[in-house]
Amino acid sequence: MRWFWIDRFTEFVSGSHARGIKNVTLDQEVVDEYCPGFPFFPSTLIIEGIAQLGGILVAEHFDWDKRVVLAKIGNAKFHRQATPGDRMDYWVRLEGTQEHGARVTATSQIDGQPHAEIDLMFAFLEAGRFAEGSLFHSGDLAEMLRIMKLFDCGIGRDGQPLGVSDKL
Amino acid sequence: MSMSSEEVFDKVRASLVDALGVDDDEVTPEATLVGDLGAESIDFLDIVFKLEKSFGITIPREELSPEDILTNSQYVQDGLVTPEGMQVLKQRMPWANLSKFEQNPRVQDFGNLLTVGDMCNYVASKI
Repeated sequence: MRWFWIDRFTEFVSGSHARGIKNVTLDQEVVDEYCPGFPFFPSTLIIEGIAQLGGILVAEHFDWDKRVVLAKIGNAKFHRQATPGDRMDYWVRLEGTQEHGARVTATSQIDGQPHAEIDLMFAFLEAGRFAEGSLFHSGDLAEMLRIMKLFDCGIGRDGQPLGVSDKL
Repeated sequence: MSMSSEEVFDKVRASLVDALGVDDDEVTPEATLVGDLGAESIDFLDIVFKLEKSFGITIPREELSPEDILTNSQYVQDGLVTPEGMQVLKQRMPWANLSKFEQNPRVQDFGNLLTVGDMCNYVASKI
């Protein structure tokens, strides 16, 4: 299983916010098998998708120098379930940063209606602790972000289209 | 910003309840963040974010976590903070009650030093 829990970036403004979409289809094992007979997209993977969106927002803000990991789920409210045929529209805003972490708030909507509200905190793995170096093999993250069309919509801190960093 | 000590306490308590998932009545001025309220290391980052937002302040890491002092051989010998180190700690953290720690200043005990009251004093010194 590939660990992609957003399908596409639709908006990305460096240091500010990001939007992305995730479609729910019945052929997805996680939808079909999570609760047999009652297919819906697991809430935990909605959090993971928003963490991927938010984590990229944070990592790019720090010029890809930090090893960003989800550290804490401060709040997660779900107003309904996401079922086959739904498209979840994720929106994440960078709320604050510190030397050792960052905080985002996020929402998900389906058909323009509230679906979820989620607050996340990320921490940065310190150099010399846990694994050394990047969390990704060279080029893997850039390829994932290209597939997710980040560079088709991203705006960098200079207001220009977001380029592919050498650090990816 | 002018704020009474009760207002400061109420906002600090709300931040701690939110960050640590504890009940309101557990958050007393004497309660220690680690020992009594169960804060783990990652929670301190969360608490800092919440206090910064709630009070509109900036909290540099070194002000709440003087690791540079506690890992400096000039200020620590045989696992104990030296008298010189205690002076530096007091200068860095004038808002913290270090009197109990000073009686047996083992570095390993420092993590369980901060109380809710200390946090209120710290925040009050920033606003």
